[in-house]
Amino acid sequence: MSEPLLPPIGMLAELTHRCPLQCPYCSNPLELLKANRELDTQTWLDLFSQATDLGVLQVHLSGGEPTLRRDLEQLIAGLSARGVYTNLITAGIGIAEGRIEAFADAGLDHLQLSFQGARPATTDRIGNHRGSHEKKLETARRARAAGLPLTINAPIHRHNIEEVPEFIDMAVSLGAERLEIANVQYAGWALANRNALMPERAAIDRQADIVAAARERLTGIMNIDFVPPDYFAIYPKPCMGGWARDAFMVTPDGTVLPCHAAQTIPSLRFERFAERSLADIWTDSPAFNAFRGTEWMQEPCRSCERREIDWGGCRCQAMAIAGDAAATDPVCIKSPIHARMALLIDETRRAAADISADEAFIYRRIGAVTELA
Amino acid sequence: MALRERAMVSLRSVPSLPKHVRIQYDPVRQAFAVLSPEKVFWPNEISLDILRRCDGRSTVGHIIADLAAEYDAEQEAVAADVIAFLQEWSDKLLVKL
Repeated sequence: MSEPLLPPIGMLAELTHRCPLQCPYCSNPLELLKANRELDTQTWLDLFSQATDLGVLQVHLSGGEPTLRRDLEQLIAGLSARGVYTNLITAGIGIAEGRIEAFADAGLDHLQLSFQGARPATTDRIGNHRGSHEKKLETARRARAAGLPLTINAPIHRHNIEEVPEFIDMAVSLGAERLEIANVQYAGWALANRNALMPERAAIDRQADIVAAARERLTGIMNIDFVPPDYFAIYPKPCMGGWARDAFMVTPDGTVLPCHAAQTIPSLRFERFAERSLADIWTDSPAFNAFRGTEWMQEPCRSCERREIDWGGCRCQAMAIAGDAAATDPVCIKSPIHARMALLIDETRRAAADISADEAFIYRRIGAVTELA
Repeated sequence: MALRERAMVSLRSVPSLPKHVRIQYDPVRQAFAVLSPEKVFWPNEISLDILRRCDGRSTVGHIIADLAAEYDAEQEAVAADVIAFLQEWSDKLLVKL
């Protein structure tokens, strides 16, 4: 390896795959784990402790819906006692009275709340859950009342891209410090629903202008993080800041992964915490070392001046589109198959014209994929 | 609607770190980290000296005088740097004025 192995800074803990929402772009895998596969409280606490020893400074508690774990307060308290910065990533539905305050008391540093739409009808339709928008607004108010800093997360696709100005106004009015306008990444459920989700290029251009203007206008008032849709880009994103470079994630059953979609790469075998220590997995796991640094790269990445800027882009996208996880991410203009991205955009636009949106969604549910097969 | 406005640094501002930002010593990397949602910053010594003085009691004027004395430097030069730094961090909502 060309550079020394650094300790990880961030960890995403997917505490459960259970969720009241069924968003068709969920970043969980198509094969969802049931509750009986989830790690118990003590194992999560051991894992957090090892993560802290290894150098992790921030833990994002996610899911599924992490508040469905009855031991969430305990997990937050365990992390807080070790000085870890904790961020709760929630859909904000069905959180019992008093619990948000209990999270804050346990030492929660920050809460990130998703909104599927800026309009109630959109939120309810995308998550396939009636009344969810209202509940989310209430969660935002309760979080602010409990003194918690707030980020609003808005996953963007063709059915809500025109609501971007409303998302911005809503986040300001809720008192959020941060808003994420995050265009859906086509892996997992989003890949299965790509035809229904891909926006038009004109809408994407409008969105970029709206966000740029809002950032200017809201300087010092609210931060806006913008994740552009990469099918329309010329350079790939530095996915996870580089494979196994400074962050990792853990699934509900303790499988340790370099990124959300890593299990879509069939040649890799991932290890579970408890069967092996976290330090061993981070350092020695063949799957973690497979795409670390730059040695694994093929041309055009290998000799590219951007190789340590974008780290070859997304391995899972290379797998999905180029059929080779070690290929250049086809989003990159230097990829020999970059032209395929434009063909895919055209193809999805034609497919989207033929179907009405609701019929087109494969909603995220346990077993949804087996039903399809 | 929360009517918030961009805060501008003046010598009378009293900066502090907001609740979602904290400075913490990291024993693994043997350096001070600034932790914020999604991001970790590794401030240099001078930035750290400014941030540590953002205690919600000291005015910017006081912080400048204090740093000028400590670094044995001209107040004017220190003032420009401190004000620019605090404005940038305030604009990113990492410092409260």
